[in-house]
Amino acid sequence: MESYFTFVSSVLGFEPTSLLGFVGAIAVWAVPITAFVSVVGLVSIWLERKISAHIQCRVGPMEVGPHGALQTLADGIKLLGKEDLVPAQADRILFGLAPMLVFASTFVGFAVIPFSQKAVIADLNLGIFFLAAVGSLEAIGVVMAGWSSNNKWSLFGAIRAATQVVSYEIPLGLSLLAVVVVAGSMSLNDITQAQSGWVWNWFLFRNPFMWAVFLIYFIASLAECKRAPFDLPEAESELVSGFHTEYSGMRFAIFFLAEYGAMYIVSAIAVVLFFGGWYTGIPFLDHISGSIGGTTGVVVENLIGAGTIIVKSFLLICVQMWIRWTLPRIRLDQMMDLCLKYLLPFSLVLLVAVSLWQAFQGPIDGGNSVMGMIMLAATVASLIWMRRLAGRVSKASALRRELPVVKTGL
Amino acid sequence: MATSDAIIDQVKGQFGEAVLESSTPLGFPTVCVAKDRARDILTYLRDEPGLEFDVLTDATAADGLKYPEPWDTRFQVVYHLRSSRDGKRLRVKVGVPERDCTLASVHDLWKSANWAEREIFDMFGVRFEGHPNLKRILCHHKFKGHALRKDYFIHDGQWLDEPETLLDEIGDWGENPADEGFSELVPVNLGPAHPAMHGTLRVFAKMEGETIVKAVPEIGYLHRGFEKHSETGNWTMVIPYTDRLNYCSAMLNNIGYVRTVEKMFGIEPTERCQYIRVIVGELSRIIDHCVCLGAMLVDLGALTNFWYLFNIRERIYHLLEGLCGARLTSSYARIGGMAHDLQDGFETELREILRDMPRNVSDVLGLIAKNRIFLDRTVGIGVISREDALSWGWTGPCLRATGIPYDLRKVEPYDVYADLDWDVATRDGGDVHDRAMVRFDEMIQSMRIIEQALDRMPEGPVMVEDKRVVLPEKDKVYSSIEGLMNHFVLIYDGIKVPAGEAYVPTEAANGELGFYIISDGSGRPYRIHCRAPSFYLYCAYPSLAEGNMVADAVPLLGSLNIIAGELDR
Repeated sequence: MESYFTFVSSVLGFEPTSLLGFVGAIAVWAVPITAFVSVVGLVSIWLERKISAHIQCRVGPMEVGPHGALQTLADGIKLLGKEDLVPAQADRILFGLAPMLVFASTFVGFAVIPFSQKAVIADLNLGIFFLAAVGSLEAIGVVMAGWSSNNKWSLFGAIRAATQVVSYEIPLGLSLLAVVVVAGSMSLNDITQAQSGWVWNWFLFRNPFMWAVFLIYFIASLAECKRAPFDLPEAESELVSGFHTEYSGMRFAIFFLAEYGAMYIVSAIAVVLFFGGWYTGIPFLDHISGSIGGTTGVVVENLIGAGTIIVKSFLLICVQMWIRWTLPRIRLDQMMDLCLKYLLPFSLVLLVAVSLWQAFQGPIDGGNSVMGMIMLAATVASLIWMRRLAGRVSKASALRRELPVVKTGL
Repeated sequence: MATSDAIIDQVKGQFGEAVLESSTPLGFPTVCVAKDRARDILTYLRDEPGLEFDVLTDATAADGLKYPEPWDTRFQVVYHLRSSRDGKRLRVKVGVPERDCTLASVHDLWKSANWAEREIFDMFGVRFEGHPNLKRILCHHKFKGHALRKDYFIHDGQWLDEPETLLDEIGDWGENPADEGFSELVPVNLGPAHPAMHGTLRVFAKMEGETIVKAVPEIGYLHRGFEKHSETGNWTMVIPYTDRLNYCSAMLNNIGYVRTVEKMFGIEPTERCQYIRVIVGELSRIIDHCVCLGAMLVDLGALTNFWYLFNIRERIYHLLEGLCGARLTSSYARIGGMAHDLQDGFETELREILRDMPRNVSDVLGLIAKNRIFLDRTVGIGVISREDALSWGWTGPCLRATGIPYDLRKVEPYDVYADLDWDVATRDGGDVHDRAMVRFDEMIQSMRIIEQALDRMPEGPVMVEDKRVVLPEKDKVYSSIEGLMNHFVLIYDGIKVPAGEAYVPTEAANGELGFYIISDGSGRPYRIHCRAPSFYLYCAYPSLAEGNMVADAVPLLGSLNIIAGELDR
């Protein structure tokens, strides 16, 4: 298995040089991506339901399939059967185009997301740049949806989406840049390979600033996916449903799928940039082809890699869901405040700091591992400390029976 | 505190013959004043040092057309005043004849008069001169006639489907973009079918970007004619209607109504009944606050809190369901007591709830109390000053959030509240955050009250022994002529409430729930007016929302806890 491309070529029996071959190759690549996006959508929607339910002392869907696993599928079939409604005054062309554009921006992103060293559809040497570029295309689709619906609430949602994209894009881009500085490449494959070896080789532990870079990236990526607390474009209690108020049936389903697809993409990017991509963090497992040998070894190694990156991405998706069901929604101007007044300068400072660190620390051989171990230990220690702190706070509030401020009588 | 007589004497001394009549029915000082001097007298009452009636609790009217003893004028407009300094109350009645059905408006004296006068105009057709916006408020704008007049029959159905544009209230938009006055403000209808407008509210807003420049509310979507409806049945039949006022805490409405009728009878409920009323009343208050806080936090996008709060509510509803068979519409109170005693196991279940409740409350507080986003979204939003809050007629948690410890359970204690040890929860900010926190504090105080009431509750009957209001025991009905006659008369004629009038305020979950009742001595209510706290809270909403963003206007509405059933009656 040289790569998927040659694999496809061998299946097709010719190099896709002609137009027909090109179309055929696109189709052959598109089908597995579509399947994967759909499965990601199904699984993450189910996860969202289950996680929100368990956070909220409920059980969530239980009827269709084991623990409601097929509920999303049933909903999808229902949405397929719904009438395709377009508001009378809507701009029909843009209205129809908008969900496709939104979906396309997510869909294209999957082309460069690596699943393992070999299993990547297009290993662009500008991978991160490409992802950042197509990721923000989504906002155009959202603005189109809001504008064409001819509904004031949709328009408010569209304007909010546009405001949001100009606010979060810069800190997002700067935090990506910091990683590029560390890795010295924009190719996702190269970035991942720079993190091979033990778990402390992950970029998250590479230097003292990477945790902050990751947090900025994560916050900005929540905004990119329009997830709470940044779900302003569709804030249901304020804007009814925001930009997709007028959408129903399959068009709505496509928006929905694109949202969950985008969640996977930003999580997968985070995994590639900070959490060692397809590497498990245990060198033996990551280079199992050495011990098994032959084609089997390569297949097993790639399978382990794909499984690892998918599991890691879903763990990050779960964190996104956890945040959504915990925090209230931020206000538009506060979102801009946060992104432009805090995240932007911080990410600039971090970029400089990471660059300096890289310039001075880089040449020392083996320094990365030592630094990584220190950072890993510090991370674990601070997590334990935060857990303790949280426990103390909740205990304190449970004991709080008396009022802080009480006045009696007139 | 000035005594009732002293107040009346002072007014009489100042205005002489303009004070036509004065009395103190059931301890409530009342003056009847001449129509043309009404505004002067009300101004004097508001401004004169020593009187300072700075709160217009309620204004309503009554139609004397069918009253057995004819009134001097057909209509009486009734103002209930209260002084926030010492809590004294005064009723001012102004006769308005049918031919010259006008009265000077007092909307500039008390802000709460604005909507109250609109309601009187809507229901009785009394025109208030000088009122800035004398439009119908509860009935449809094309409605013909005045619903609460005694000669309006409710069978006269009217088919009205034309929506109200509200363009006259929102002001000029300018038509031509080239014109000077043209504005690029966007008109937006928030509601009535908007997720944030909880029940059935509509706010028509001029928007500049996301900021509300001007807001005009329309209410009445849930107007069911509670007051008119009450006049059709007997006194007991009103109780289920009161369930539907503030349906989040129906028990408190039941209690508020029967307390008013009991006051007219001069009945004091039994001690056990009073304890039961305190317990179920406080449980209802907890439920109501759960709904308010849960919904408000949903408006803020914090959905999870809703479940944590509704888990408490669910358990209390389970308890109340066992008590009276219904969750929302309890109809548990009766004139003279309660429908029946507590069920077996009530106390055990309640103590379990009380044991678990602090954990649920602290879960929610743990999620929001120090949450930066929550604080950013609520602190300093929708701030109202104490003076404004009083002038708008605010009561309840929303008033207490401005720092005024006005709680009827402390100020004018009823039932057994005076015997129990609890505190009035107040905050000083008057913003969305403090209104929410006052409610959290009140839930904790309500738990304290319930715990003590459970400890002290005596055994005994839950109904008074008064054959005027209570059906006799079945064996007396079957074995004695007196019992049979008593039963027959009570069933056939209904409870005959002594002629007169009464206004009795109760501290409901949203504030002062007052029932103003006029009885003509027959078995049917002559006039029942409900002073709904939501009505006076909501009339201040547009002025609070203006200048805020939509995103803030929504939790602001949530923090007021407007219950449409009570608002529109």
